[in-house]
Amino acid sequence: MSDTTTEPSPTGDAAEAVLTIRDLRTFFQTDGHVVKAVDGVSFSVRRGETLGVVGESGSGKSVACLSALRLVPSPPAFHPSGEIRFQGRDLLRLPEQEIEALRGNRLAMIFQDPMTSLNPYLRVARQLTEVLEVHRGATPAAARQEAIAMLERVGIPDAGRRIDQYPHQFSGGMRQRVMIAMALLCQPEVLLADEPTTALDVTVQAQILELIAELQASLGTAVVLVTHDLGVVAGTADRVVVMYAGRIVEEGPTGELFADPQHPYTRGLLASMPRIDTPPTGHLEAIAGLPPDLGHLPTGCAFHPRCPLASDRCRREEPPVVAVSAEHRAACFEAEAGG
Amino acid sequence: MSTLPRAESSPLLEVRDLAVRFRLERPGGLLRRGHDELRAVDGVNLVVRRGETLGLVGESGCGKSTTGRAVLQLLKPSAGTVVFDGQPIHDWWVRKGRRWVWDARLRELRRRMQMIFQDPFASLNPRMTVEAILTEPLRNFGLTGGGDRRRRVQELMATVGMDPRFIRRYPHEFSGGQRQRIGIARALALGPDLIVADEPISALDVSIQAQILNLLARLREELGLTMIFIAHDLAAVRHISDRIAVMYLGRIVEEADAREIVAAPRHPYTQALISAVPVPDPVQEATRQRTVLSGEVPSPVNPPSGCPFHSRCPLREDRCTRDVPVLREIAPGHRVACHLVD
Ligand SMILES: Nc1ncnc2c1ncn2[C@@H]1O[C@H](COP(=O)(O)OP(=O)(O)O)[C@@H](O)[C@H]1O
Ligand SMILES: Nc1ncnc2c1ncn2[C@@H]1O[C@H](COP(=O)(O)OP(=O)(O)O)[C@@H](O)[C@H]1O
Ligand SMILES: [Mg+2]
Ligand SMILES: [Mg+2]
Repeated sequence: MSDTTTEPSPTGDAAEAVLTIRDLRTFFQTDGHVVKAVDGVSFSVRRGETLGVVGESGSGKSVACLSALRLVPSPPAFHPSGEIRFQGRDLLRLPEQEIEALRGNRLAMIFQDPMTSLNPYLRVARQLTEVLEVHRGATPAAARQEAIAMLERVGIPDAGRRIDQYPHQFSGGMRQRVMIAMALLCQPEVLLADEPTTALDVTVQAQILELIAELQASLGTAVVLVTHDLGVVAGTADRVVVMYAGRIVEEGPTGELFADPQHPYTRGLLASMPRIDTPPTGHLEAIAGLPPDLGHLPTGCAFHPRCPLASDRCRREEPPVVAVSAEHRAACFEAEAGG
Repeated sequence: MSTLPRAESSPLLEVRDLAVRFRLERPGGLLRRGHDELRAVDGVNLVVRRGETLGLVGESGCGKSTTGRAVLQLLKPSAGTVVFDGQPIHDWWVRKGRRWVWDARLRELRRRMQMIFQDPFASLNPRMTVEAILTEPLRNFGLTGGGDRRRRVQELMATVGMDPRFIRRYPHEFSGGQRQRIGIARALALGPDLIVADEPISALDVSIQAQILNLLARLREELGLTMIFIAHDLAAVRHISDRIAVMYLGRIVEEADAREIVAAPRHPYTQALISAVPVPDPVQEATRQRTVLSGEVPSPVNPPSGCPFHSRCPLREDRCTRDVPVLREIAPGHRVACHLVD
């Protein structure tokens, strides 16, 4: 669709969203309970932009991404409801073969475990060239050349030789690069990256994040980066979405959200983190208690049992979404409306 | 942060030239038969004073866990000495047939040295209740009988912030954070002097990590514990440790006061490691100078000649590929193994 050789567009209001998710709901039926894994989530991502999605495990980050690609198995999931707009179409209502043609082509996803997308029994060459031959009709020779070039680009030394190896012959960090090469070969409009560096050491994480940023800048890819690490978000994301118990509790431009977090959960997460840039405090302001069981959510605000500010109203009513500024919103009675 | 003023407290643990080598059988036919040697720990020196917490950081595979296990004699060191409270415990092994086992002194010493593991679930028997898990060490050492034992278990649960009413529950009925509390309670059951905590928070969510870090900090104060805190997360290690030792490929490359090593790292590897730790502040992240290392950690089966870090070092000189740098003191309490630091 879009011309990938032009400069990535600015992330201001004028830039148009490449992918827009509206009111997404994905529920699971387990042991007679309905698990509301994703419950009314809306966000969008623009060309060349990185949207950070943060939250603790079980908050629905992966299910939200998988739902966008229609990769959630149903059953146990109900068919997701809401709308996922991409290239003028609603992905939730697309016939299966059309969404298949988009997956791994215009919309790519990478995972924490590279073996989720790599086949252990096939040489890397076969897996990379197949993408190009199937989606783009490249000749085998051209596809191989392009695949080698992409492996070089993601920093795999001796790519011409290593392309003929199997995934298990690569180290964890190198396998992650192979997966990224595969995801980016077709120059997707959108890359959904689900904890792509969580299993890696920090120095390798720095290499991989830099690589994604470089490729993104040259290809104009819109990136949705899922992570539990607010440090990673601070360094990579233009905008941030904070999830708790299947919902977005706060979202905003990265600078604003870190400078002026409004939701007590966002503040709690920030205070929980030991950090190397400030003197050690001795005591961390940990968030009390545990994340809720999504099959048995508390009444009112799902965060209220752990919230230091919880009032009776929080126990009874769901909090409204308060506009803090033009792009900054928080779902909390205590958030300060402004903007 | 320690109970005793640091300068005055005497060493509880002294480790000299510790080495652990694993024998790897080479697969393949008759001609290629033989074995390789993996140098997991390759000449580690450490001193831990009473009441002090030493942080051990480094990337996966650099030998942190193996060091922790060899210090506690959970595996027999291949070389070097481990002196605990003045006694050479690395010698307290006897041959039994083809295997080495602990002698009576080392078995008795278990009471004083305990380990906390990363994955509390894997280290807790799923068929035992919390009570059984916490009673086992007491019974093994013939400590306290019947009613006293139950009281002691309830006391331990309260100490680690668990509701003593859950005494009859099984590990799977708890969350990851609660299970880690059980693992900590078990390690504390016998009133140890030294705890080796091996990645105790790595498997937990951010908000739960903070709870467990706070718990460990409190227990250390209240019980006067000496601790080796192993983790790959430098921010967490800095938070809880008095001193930090940085490992690379089986060796300690730098060691200093926890604040100093983060504020003024001297070894190029420590500098790269610190620059790679993300900071939850977009303003700083936008301006930070990051040293992104090229290449990968070499194999401990074929470690490079000279400095173990030379293959990735941005400052490498000729001598670095030839001579192994020794860990030497460059300022009081600050030791670095690098030819280029003076
Ligand atoms: N296949 C499934 N069947 C039932 N429940 C599921 C399934 N996949 C995810 N869930 C539930 O959905 C919730 C959100 O999961 P997930 O999106 O993986 O969280 P996150 O990625 O934020 O850690 C969790 O409570 C999880 O147990
Ligand atoms: N039982 C073992 N047999 C063979 N190799 C081992 C064994 N345990 C650890 N290793 C190897 O020793 C090195 C150090 O491992 P480890 O101490 O677990 O590192 P870390 O805890 O820093 O991640 C690694 O290369 C690892 O593969
Ligand atoms: Mg996930
Ligand atoms: Mg380890």
